[in-house]
Amino acid sequence: MIVLEKRPQPSREWALATPLVAVLATMIVGGLLFGALGTNPLVAIRTIFWDPLFGEFAFYYRPQLLVKGAPLVLIAIGLSLGFKAGIWNIGAEGQYIIGALVGAGIGLAFYPLDAWYVFPLMVIGGAVGGWAWAMIPALLKVRFGTNEILVSLMLVYVAEQLLASMSLGLLKNPEGHGFPGSRNLADYPSATSWINQDVGLHWGVAFALIAVIFAYVLLNRHMLGFHIRLTGDAPRAARFAGVNPARLILFCLGASGALAGLAGLFEISGPAGQVSIDFNIGYGFTAIIVAFLGRLHPVGILLAGALMALTYIGGEIAQSQLGLPAAAIQVFQGMLLFFLLALDLLTNFRVRMRKSEVA
Amino acid sequence: MTETLLSLRGLTKAYPGVVANSNVSFDIGVGEIHALLGENGAGKSTLVKMIYGLVKPDSGTMVLRGKPFAPAEPRSARADGIAMVFQHFSLFDALNVAENIALGMETPPPMRDLARRIREVSEAYGLPLDPFRTVGDLSAGERQRVEIIRCLLQDPKLLIMDEPTSVLTPQEVQILFETLRKLSSEGTAILYISHKLEEIRSLCDHATVLRLGKNVGECVPRETSASEMAELMVGSALKTPQRAGRELGEVALDISGLSAASPSAFGTALKNVHLTVRKGEVLGIGGVAGNGQDELLGVLSGEILTAPDAVRLDGAPVGQMGPTARRKLGLLTAPEERLGHSAAPDMSLTENAMLTGSVRENLERNGFLKWGAAEDFARRIIEAFDVRTPGPDNAARSLSGGNLQKFVIGREVLQKPQVLVVNQPTWGVDASAASAIRQAILDLAAGGAAVVCISQDLDELMEISDRFAALNEGRLSTPRDAAGLTVEEIGLMMGGAHGMEVAHV
Amino acid sequence: MDLSAINPVLLVASLMVAATPILLAAIGELVVEKAGVLNLGVEGMMITGAICGFAIAVETGSPWAGFIGAAAGGAALSLLFVLLTQLALANQVASGLGLTLFGLGFSALLGQSYVGVKPPATPKLEFLGLSDLSVIGPILFHHDLILYFGIVLVAAVWAALKYTRMGLILRAVGENHDAAHALGYKVVRIRILAILFGGACAGLGGAYVSLVRVPQWTEGMTAGIGWIALALVVFASWKPWRVLLGAYLFGGITVLQLNLQAAGVAIPVEYLAMSPYVVTILVLVILSADKSSAPASLGRIFHAAR
Repeated sequence: MIVLEKRPQPSREWALATPLVAVLATMIVGGLLFGALGTNPLVAIRTIFWDPLFGEFAFYYRPQLLVKGAPLVLIAIGLSLGFKAGIWNIGAEGQYIIGALVGAGIGLAFYPLDAWYVFPLMVIGGAVGGWAWAMIPALLKVRFGTNEILVSLMLVYVAEQLLASMSLGLLKNPEGHGFPGSRNLADYPSATSWINQDVGLHWGVAFALIAVIFAYVLLNRHMLGFHIRLTGDAPRAARFAGVNPARLILFCLGASGALAGLAGLFEISGPAGQVSIDFNIGYGFTAIIVAFLGRLHPVGILLAGALMALTYIGGEIAQSQLGLPAAAIQVFQGMLLFFLLALDLLTNFRVRMRKSEVA
Repeated sequence: MTETLLSLRGLTKAYPGVVANSNVSFDIGVGEIHALLGENGAGKSTLVKMIYGLVKPDSGTMVLRGKPFAPAEPRSARADGIAMVFQHFSLFDALNVAENIALGMETPPPMRDLARRIREVSEAYGLPLDPFRTVGDLSAGERQRVEIIRCLLQDPKLLIMDEPTSVLTPQEVQILFETLRKLSSEGTAILYISHKLEEIRSLCDHATVLRLGKNVGECVPRETSASEMAELMVGSALKTPQRAGRELGEVALDISGLSAASPSAFGTALKNVHLTVRKGEVLGIGGVAGNGQDELLGVLSGEILTAPDAVRLDGAPVGQMGPTARRKLGLLTAPEERLGHSAAPDMSLTENAMLTGSVRENLERNGFLKWGAAEDFARRIIEAFDVRTPGPDNAARSLSGGNLQKFVIGREVLQKPQVLVVNQPTWGVDASAASAIRQAILDLAAGGAAVVCISQDLDELMEISDRFAALNEGRLSTPRDAAGLTVEEIGLMMGGAHGMEVAHV
Repeated sequence: MDLSAINPVLLVASLMVAATPILLAAIGELVVEKAGVLNLGVEGMMITGAICGFAIAVETGSPWAGFIGAAAGGAALSLLFVLLTQLALANQVASGLGLTLFGLGFSALLGQSYVGVKPPATPKLEFLGLSDLSVIGPILFHHDLILYFGIVLVAAVWAALKYTRMGLILRAVGENHDAAHALGYKVVRIRILAILFGGACAGLGGAYVSLVRVPQWTEGMTAGIGWIALALVVFASWKPWRVLLGAYLFGGITVLQLNLQAAGVAIPVEYLAMSPYVVTILVLVILSADKSSAPASLGRIFHAAR
């Protein structure tokens, strides 16, 4: 008989090892899945994990790692603050869209003005847009006790409709010959987030790194971060320590919204370039996996974001070269989260084999 | 001696790191009231869980009425006539009395018949109960009645009672004892778990004493003195706390006309509470659990905010201040629930020292935390209060109840409070730790602090308080000098018998 | 704009069709939550049910085989949730989210070759004479079996929770799992059964979307109704009949906005399309004051320590 025993305290070794074991297990099971789809598992795994970094066309893919990783890290850092405190913002995708819309709207309003302050204003707009969108579930939770999970998620669908409306209406390119979508911000020098497109460097990458450092200091060295961790571990003890739960909810949701909004702004003014119906590709949801895979730790999230970006790029290569369906990579990412959650057991519990007890 | 009902032979149960029971043997006779006596952590709960089928022994046997008895689950124990009244965790707040009772029965009759039987049995044993009331709305004593009646409806041969009097007033205890004696005279054996010696002397026919999981002796309680039993139980003579004579200063804490709603759904609102505590004084607040103790602590810690002048500290209104502001002024508190309220289970002792110590111990500057200083503070607590742990890096939940409680109390005491409020400071704590904690509270008062000690342990309150008051349904009785109070007077302050009646023997 | 094109009788009839997937998923989730488990994977189980049902119906030519397969598919995905939360004791919120993300990808993978395929029609029941009545005929007596099954299921769940011992035990487990364990009830086993039931119901609801309501297969076609079903359980204060009421309310809004779109109302399409989600939020706000009826152990991890 297998018995679970709660450890007196979480195992540090397992806490570090589970993400690695989860990645390995996902590779194995994912490989079997690819095999079932008629692809050589080893080739598929190599294509996803090796080729983007060291393959023949790695010079092209490596910059993509920054482009795809930056929004994931930026959003996941924000989400991890709330997740640590038991505040579940799962509508980052919506905040990402609204941040992008507000930021892009500011940029397009200035077009074609050439001024240094256009982009900073867009950055502020992006952050404020995402923050405001996250304030809806936050205020409703504080004021009425409404479940933030459901509200933030419903707002994703609302934001998608707004995006559709904007790209077909208000923000549509007046010189676009009737095609949906806005002007291309990446071609508007005062409004683009690109710093150096050839190496994949845009302002989002810089902000993601700053966010990692900021979150690390906050969680480890500052009272607010301590209160966030305390609330997640023992909400009553947090109130006893003097935490104001309402303020914490507003902070966590607001910060994650602002970071998601920033991610959206950097994406729309750089890699994506324009407001279009299919602008969002699920970074807001994948970031949830990144946050957990990084164990809600800033440095972990940085690594997890890089890994997840790799699967995105590798997935695209596998799609074009091996004909693997795009959905396969989504399954792959979901599987990773499952293994991680299941293996987390080993951090908090000890699994023992025991002979069936004689009564 | 009467015919043997249940005999235990060599029962042993080990958990990783602890041997809960080691080779325990004793017999319970038919209709006998048998006490199982021991300190917290002596292995009483594990032993009865084995009899009730919740835990399987590693080795050893049980014989019930001459036949081998090895219940695989509570259901089969119940089928063999074993019933158990739990101390905690066995009622469902949102369900009504009849539903709760039905859940404890194998084949409950239809609801209407069950309700009728509940009324019959409850009246026969002097424990009136309305079958259709929601359990969450009942008082602690009434909740216990639900459990007892749930057992009685099964017509048990052996009734196990785990610390039943901790939720009762002295008057209610007398009524319960009448009920138990009636049951015993009808042939039901009772296994009575307690660490209260006087109770056992007045009720029980026979006692088995457990210490550190071993059977260390048996006695007939009526013929044994309380101090002899205490020595058996603890293994050594205990120091009683020393109180130095002291001068009382001016009023430090003043609560007047305080009313506050409870934050939890089944909590008790405080109604028009008045109290004053002077410097150097210990005010003991008794009462049955669930009569507003948590709420009173919350109002004092700042977790529940009130009108500013409902709570005054050294004359200044603090009712609207949060916990941090109150700590700054010297009003410190230690709630009842250790894991999850006064300490965060998964955090280290250093982090838990930070939890309340940041203000008074200067553990932060502009919001930035000084972890080194916090670790020093944690070390000082561990040293001063003899907390048994490998070090301040260990998680709070890795400590035993008594050690964690010493840490929590020590954390507040070392911060040199003007006013300290503690709730159940020695609940679930072994005797030596309990006496250390009481001594620390008395020393603090001797040093000029005002102390409010909320507790359900009347012996403890009588030992350390200068004045005594009791909470009953959210109301506080007028505090009286503790010296010279009789048990009857205390019981009446706690609300008397709460509508119970003596069993018609 | 031509509002007269909206036929109220057809509106009500199609409202019932639009409500059925939400109803099925929500009543399943209600049972799960009554047992004290919060499964946020409803959307993932629905979309999995949608593709499983669709594929099996297309392959076998029988919609009924499809519905059975959908229930099995939804339950199979919920089995993953069981493994994570009941055996590996993982956080229920994270596991539920994972289930949804995984389900969306997995269904897209399965459904690749079914895009654009037409499923076999699900026959509507004909009640002799009754179906031809004006007004109430189309509203009450001209639907498929699953729609009626949904309503019967609500009644069955209500009666089971209120009157049966099984229902009492389920509620007890959701209310206080430690107490239920102390009394000797198998907390984990009861919860596993509840989760599987919830998975089957969600799967059925998903198949109703792909086989009856739309009927065809497109990626992500459940479009958030699994989440609406979750909101509905809160809205209904964990009471079965209120789930029915809520499902019809949301079905009504969905159908009405589609009809308004078709009628060419001056409101932009996107704003009509977001209305069900906005209404869900509003209803959550109005009703979230009443939390007292939530099962007390909801979402808490159970581990029988000693």
